[in-house]
Amino acid sequence: MGRLRTYSRRAFLIGSAAVAGGVAFGVYAVKKPVDNPLADGLAEGAATFNPWVIIDADKITLITPHGDKGQGVTSSQAALIAEELDVEFGQFETSFGQPAAAYWNTALAADLVPFMPSDESRTANAARGIAGGAVKVLGVQITGGSTTIPDSFVKLREAGAVARETLKLAASRKTGVAVSELKTANATVILPDGTALKYTDLAADAAALEPVTDVTLRDQSTWRMIGKPMQRLDVLAKSTGTQVYGIDLEVEGMVHAAVKVNPRQGGKILGYDASAAKNMRDVQKVVEVTGGVAVIADNTWRAFQAADAIEFDWGEADYPAEQDSHWQVLSESFTKERLDKKWRDDGDVDAVITGEGVVEAEYRSPYVAHAPLEPLNAIVLVEDAGVQVWAGHQIQRQLQVLVAGITGHEQDEVIFHNQFMGGSFGHRLEFENIKQAAEIANQMRGTPVKLTYSREEDFAHDFPRHISMGRMRGKVSGGKVEALDLSIAAPSVAASQGARAGLPMGGPDSQIVAGAWNNPYALPNYRMQGYRAPELAPVSSWRSVGAPGAGFIFDTALDELIHAAGADPMAERIRLMQHETSRKVLEAVAEMSSWGGELGPNKGRGVSFIESFGVPVAEVVEVTNTEDGIKIDKIWIAADVGTVVDPVNFENLVQGGVVFGLGHAINCEITYSDGMAEQENYPDHEAMRLYQCPEIVVRGLENANHIRGIGEPPVPATAPALGNAIFAATGKRLREMPFNKGVEFV
Amino acid sequence: MQITVNGKAHEVDVEGDMPLLWVLRDELGVKGVKYGCGVAACGACTVHIDGVAVRSCQVAAEDVDGEVTTIEGLGQPDALHAVQAAWVAQQVAQCGYCQSGQIMQAASLLAENAAPSDDEIDEAMSGNLCRCGTYPRIRAAVKAAAKTLQEG
Repeated sequence: MGRLRTYSRRAFLIGSAAVAGGVAFGVYAVKKPVDNPLADGLAEGAATFNPWVIIDADKITLITPHGDKGQGVTSSQAALIAEELDVEFGQFETSFGQPAAAYWNTALAADLVPFMPSDESRTANAARGIAGGAVKVLGVQITGGSTTIPDSFVKLREAGAVARETLKLAASRKTGVAVSELKTANATVILPDGTALKYTDLAADAAALEPVTDVTLRDQSTWRMIGKPMQRLDVLAKSTGTQVYGIDLEVEGMVHAAVKVNPRQGGKILGYDASAAKNMRDVQKVVEVTGGVAVIADNTWRAFQAADAIEFDWGEADYPAEQDSHWQVLSESFTKERLDKKWRDDGDVDAVITGEGVVEAEYRSPYVAHAPLEPLNAIVLVEDAGVQVWAGHQIQRQLQVLVAGITGHEQDEVIFHNQFMGGSFGHRLEFENIKQAAEIANQMRGTPVKLTYSREEDFAHDFPRHISMGRMRGKVSGGKVEALDLSIAAPSVAASQGARAGLPMGGPDSQIVAGAWNNPYALPNYRMQGYRAPELAPVSSWRSVGAPGAGFIFDTALDELIHAAGADPMAERIRLMQHETSRKVLEAVAEMSSWGGELGPNKGRGVSFIESFGVPVAEVVEVTNTEDGIKIDKIWIAADVGTVVDPVNFENLVQGGVVFGLGHAINCEITYSDGMAEQENYPDHEAMRLYQCPEIVVRGLENANHIRGIGEPPVPATAPALGNAIFAATGKRLREMPFNKGVEFV
Repeated sequence: MQITVNGKAHEVDVEGDMPLLWVLRDELGVKGVKYGCGVAACGACTVHIDGVAVRSCQVAAEDVDGEVTTIEGLGQPDALHAVQAAWVAQQVAQCGYCQSGQIMQAASLLAENAAPSDDEIDEAMSGNLCRCGTYPRIRAAVKAAAKTLQEG
């Protein structure tokens, strides 16, 4: 019980949204139903059955509260409701809704507790339950951690079923036909004689009823949408230039703003000369924001030009000015004082790792920028009565809190209009653009202010993926891996990000070791320790967070040991893998790629397995060592999410995750010099382009007990699989990303 | 100065060096064309001038010497161009922000070369960045559109 109490306490701290003195809540608070935000201001004759469905005489609206940054969750959330509601795509509208406690994330808790996702013991599940209670009480609405599908899978189908049964009850009352005689399809209730009553025509009657909440979800065998190829709701708009993103919005009377904030992140502005800028065409004024200034103009480009014309005297950053010093800090962090947590301690590594067959190595994973293609932006209108914000964001309620703190309003006086996002990869979990737009608009009350970041400002003020360093000692004997002693040092992304968001995080940071500690191998002797380095440059969650760094370190280390043992990389991983669902993922890529077959000259293959956000992922990469450099020929990847909601979107997201992981592993890093990021735009941090993209063969497995998301999990296995393939083809072991420091690529 | 966009002539009062991208987006309200990098490294701002793909962030307003076509002029949701139809059928888009530029680039390629080889597709499309990594579907959509256009 002592263990559980420790873990539970940590879960509370992680979830605790700046609640003074910690969090206290009882069973009542956890079990209490949460208010339906759609009930406020509901029009006469309109019915809302729960926070996700609203029907009036004209239309059906499904609320899809998880933010859509390209992962297609507007469609998937709607499909889950539609499956039970018996409406088809085209028969309803969607809305992101207003931020509300009702949209608390039920899946977040799974990754807040320090139990391996493959651990389904009572203790682990009890801790998850307690952490989930904290998330509910705090009303944490967040799109992140690949949780949209696991959060939505049951509750949105229930929302659809509740609405359907209530509409049937309304039809029954209206017609006198028993509910059991009624069917539903195509947004209608169908009477035994075939008469179809439109849901919209039943809305007024349904509005007078208490929702029917005693519903049973349909059996998987009867699903008509889930698991079958869907056409995403946004695909037509996104193929015709008609999809509106935040950056495209115009609000009546709006002005354009561009900011220049100290590129030494968090540093002060000591002085500036804006005289030239103020005289430029259609520049209205220059105002101050935290750490910098903003130019107000009548056009985005004019604002950019004027901002570039300002001369600044920037203060120092509070982290080391030069990149070498950042690595030095990590190098010095493998100390007893900096030990964050011993995550695994199986067998006796100290006794085993001696004598013949000892292998040692050190690894590095760099800072990497998010750089979504739609630069950060926001429109804010501050009036005395309230604030409106238009932007794409992933933590809607905390956005309200932070804006209210700047303008002096109450949280519920901040109306947030969430927008489709042109990518995020984690950057839209951050608030700098929102806070700056609010600071500007607060100085111009009554005028809507649209802030657009230039690409250079976006790069300068990205909070990149954290750097990490790994040290491995291992032992092989008799053709087998006997022991792995792996230590990883990194600054805490949870601490850095949480401090900016006003969401303080407590306890050990599992992201320092994510992708390393949680892989369900049964190595006879395995120690995995996380060391928390002092905070360096501010860092943030980058698609799959800790796992692209720590996973690269873990799997490369394991591959080195397997090769040192003279074992087959696939066979030895399968031998060591004790978790059945994970082993099947490895066996799938072995079969898909015909592992072990004859390869052509100069070719090599690498395999990797990383579990990320509860999803076991295995990948095989094949490369050719050509005269012009390494060419990536083909990828085979398998992942198990329990249930694939939309196989088309699943394949697209997995392929995209592979491209994202490989591209950054090949050629991307953020380095600091004079306290500033040296990379200013895409030519300095390019990732993958189309000509480098190999064929990517995807298989979704459905053996896992729990449904999981697929946005992030495909990323971490890519880099180590590529590095392992390059080793197989060339004999050169790459222990540092980006790989173009060690080899050339075609 | 005068500028013709999607068949319609507009009189705009802008600096000669304002990039076409911003004339389109902020002066004329044509939002299908996107700002991504401002240095011709991402291709999100790709439009056609007299049918040829250009990066509108690098074309000064005073240098626009032909008719401009944006994604809105290529086709509409109820009257898709073959390239757009292929993009829908292949379900290319994730975030979709780069796709206007990708589609304009592909349409320009196919207007010039009705049956591009894999290498020619790679070469023509590699200036357009997709951060979500939809490249496998972009390739498939370009090939599907080429086939449709050839079958006429």
